[in-house]
Amino acid sequence: MTMTLTNPHPALDAEVTEAPVFYLVDEHAHAEGHSTMLGFWIYLMSDCLIFAMLFAAYGVLGGNYAAGPAPKDLFELPVVALNTSMLLLSSITYGFAILAMQEGRVGRTQVWLAITALFGLSFVGIELHEFAGMIAEGATPQRSAFLSSFFTLVGTHGLHVSAGLLWIVTLMVQVGRYGLTQANRRRLMCLSMFWHFLDVIWIGVFTFVYLLGVLR
Amino acid sequence: MSADAHAGDPAHGHDASPGHSTLRGYLIGFGLSVVLTAVPFWLVMTGVLDSKLATAFVVMALAVVQIVVHMIFFLHMDAKSEGGWSLMALLFTLILVVIALTGSLWVMYHLNANMMPAMHDTSQMP
Repeated sequence: MTMTLTNPHPALDAEVTEAPVFYLVDEHAHAEGHSTMLGFWIYLMSDCLIFAMLFAAYGVLGGNYAAGPAPKDLFELPVVALNTSMLLLSSITYGFAILAMQEGRVGRTQVWLAITALFGLSFVGIELHEFAGMIAEGATPQRSAFLSSFFTLVGTHGLHVSAGLLWIVTLMVQVGRYGLTQANRRRLMCLSMFWHFLDVIWIGVFTFVYLLGVLR
Repeated sequence: MSADAHAGDPAHGHDASPGHSTLRGYLIGFGLSVVLTAVPFWLVMTGVLDSKLATAFVVMALAVVQIVVHMIFFLHMDAKSEGGWSLMALLFTLILVVIALTGSLWVMYHLNANMMPAMHDTSQMP
């Protein structure tokens, strides 16, 4: 009788000999939010797949200019470099916010969150400025398959950063109102993963879209 | 931070506790990222390398290294977090990403290659 090995209730053996137990009947206690980080990480992985598909679409369509402008005519690498440094700086300042959170300093956490939000805001601002310039030149998403896939990929990343900005402001208010409670620390760690993840995606964007685009 | 709600639950001790974050780790990660960002931009903007293909490969290799640096120093990814499940999910996602990217590019490249000749040589068409 092998099933007694998995049966947590030997006393009930007589009744359940015909029904092996394959799971824990009495679930042990879990602290609130104990699985949030892993769950959020899995969300980020699914988000990663969205970006992978958009990268694949750009990889396939990125050369179809339809006699329209090519990356070389549109992309200004100094602007992209500035944008990249904004996102990179926001990553390190978010790290400082996490360090302040670990020390339990509410005010300092909020200040670093605010600085992170400013860098993120300038990133979105520079990106929108770049988009506006391209659209003014007639390089709209409708112009060619290259531009459709470009605006979809880079725009989706920009939307994520904008959502992250909203989240930063929300957490600044939350931390201000309720302090660095366990729940707020967990939220800050989730946003940390989200924010650094967006920076990882941006590495792919500036490499494959901008740098390799200008090279081609 | 060690005195959080998970302290009494060693089986789940690794999640919400951000005990891995140190100033040193963030600064090392930032320093490496700055270098790994600046070098590819410098390579492309100045065109130091004569070969475009070589530049492209170096730029892509540096991007991969920078992604790993971000994963380790900013996202605190290691084999131990969440009992290894974070890394497992990441590896699974990477496999899917590689299949999706290489598969799409490969299939569509061949599709284009098969369609192109008709554009150049229409005399053979009925």
